[in-house]
Amino acid sequence: MSELSVNHLLGIKYLQSSDIQLIFDTAKQFKEVINRPIKKVPSLRDITVANLFFENSTRTRLSFELAEKRLSADVINFSAASSSVSKGETLIDTVNNILSMKVDMVVMRHPKPGAAYFLSQNVDSIIVNAGDGAHEHPTQALLDAFSIQERLGSLEGKKIAIVGDILHSRVALSNILCLQKMGAEVRVCGPSTLIPKHIESLGVKQSFNLRETLEWCDVANMLRVQHERQDLKYFPSIREYTQQYGIDKALLDSLGQKIVIMHPGPINRGVEISTDVADSDQSIILNQVENGVAIRMAVMYLLAAKKEMNFKA
Amino acid sequence: MDKKKLLDARSISITLNRLAQQLIENHGDFQNTVLIGLQTRGIYVLEKLVAILNANGVNKLASGTLDITFFRDDFRRRDSPLEPSMTKIDVLLEGKKVVFIDDVLYTGRSVRSAMDAVQSFGRPSEIELLVLIDRRFSRELPIQPDYVGEQVDSLAGDRVSVEWQDINASEDAVYLEKGIHE
Repeated sequence: MSELSVNHLLGIKYLQSSDIQLIFDTAKQFKEVINRPIKKVPSLRDITVANLFFENSTRTRLSFELAEKRLSADVINFSAASSSVSKGETLIDTVNNILSMKVDMVVMRHPKPGAAYFLSQNVDSIIVNAGDGAHEHPTQALLDAFSIQERLGSLEGKKIAIVGDILHSRVALSNILCLQKMGAEVRVCGPSTLIPKHIESLGVKQSFNLRETLEWCDVANMLRVQHERQDLKYFPSIREYTQQYGIDKALLDSLGQKIVIMHPGPINRGVEISTDVADSDQSIILNQVENGVAIRMAVMYLLAAKKEMNFKA
Repeated sequence: MDKKKLLDARSISITLNRLAQQLIENHGDFQNTVLIGLQTRGIYVLEKLVAILNANGVNKLASGTLDITFFRDDFRRRDSPLEPSMTKIDVLLEGKKVVFIDDVLYTGRSVRSAMDAVQSFGRPSEIELLVLIDRRFSRELPIQPDYVGEQVDSLAGDRVSVEWQDINASEDAVYLEKGIHE
């Protein structure tokens, strides 16, 4: 029986390529499950999952919640805005209070990098990182890589460009690590102010020229400009950003080959990607969303499999 | 370890032909019937039966494969297989007669899981069970087959395996390996 080498999903950094492949193989079958007339399996019916969102999220939370329900887990939701966190409670206390109510797995998004790791060291529960600050967003990277593998057949030797706000993006770091572990080549592209200084130490190339990058790649993952994380101006105007780093149909059609377009959402139509590109047949944006549920089901199924039974014979 | 051949290629072929005839007897032109091979090893029996049925003039035959991994009752009790196989059922099973096809019937737990799993594709009007080998007296659940190739008496530690020439065996054969008993 093959199983994951880890007990939590804290980041892609901690996974081996065999773990990633196991998650993909399992997700493929869950994708079949969620396309059945009845889209539910009973695997996690004795598991309770708490979704703790200390930072706003719509699609990730919905995707996790749907994945949990499709696995028959019991689900409780928690968002920071309506909680006692605002009353000064510490993270460990908050989580331990929730765990006292017999919760088996915690899915957490938190604005601080390393929050998921910290929690895994301090509380007794399975932790799934749903994004920790600008650090990692492992399930997004897994679903992105899975979607590429589904479209192109394999990741080995494929050229993937990540375009946009690399500096503030947890998606970028997790994607780089995941794609490299699966044998793909990664290049980042964006304004020099939005590319972290020592990015090349991760083994990726950087470029400031969008056309040149698109000519090179098989897949372009267009990231959103994260205005909410930017406390100062990194580029003169949205209009200038769009002219330099936005992709439109004319640019897409002028390329030597048909590349695949991805976007982790939410899309700023007309900024990093134009409407006709987002809706074109080269875009796999909605496949990413569908695969997100299957990937999250696979992750939680495989992590739950490693948990001891609540009752012993 | 003692390994005894229970059926050789010729006997398997005769047995499968008999099972196919019994299916034809009960299902006629198979208009309202769907044959479902249980993953992983039931699908080889399904393939053989479909070939025989086609050769006997049953042309419009609906079939599919069903994986029961996510419906098992031994999940998180350690030695259960985690890795799922392909489920491929392209027809709605609402109101259909479903025949489950497997190679060896032992405890009955896989069949129970399959009965759960198949409901995801609609409510069949009835479900039958066809197995090549029935390990008698070893059921842990009240489940009995409708079509049996061969009945075998075996103990709990024994292993009954069906090997196919198409998948790396020297010939089609059924073996009984004696286990170590206390």
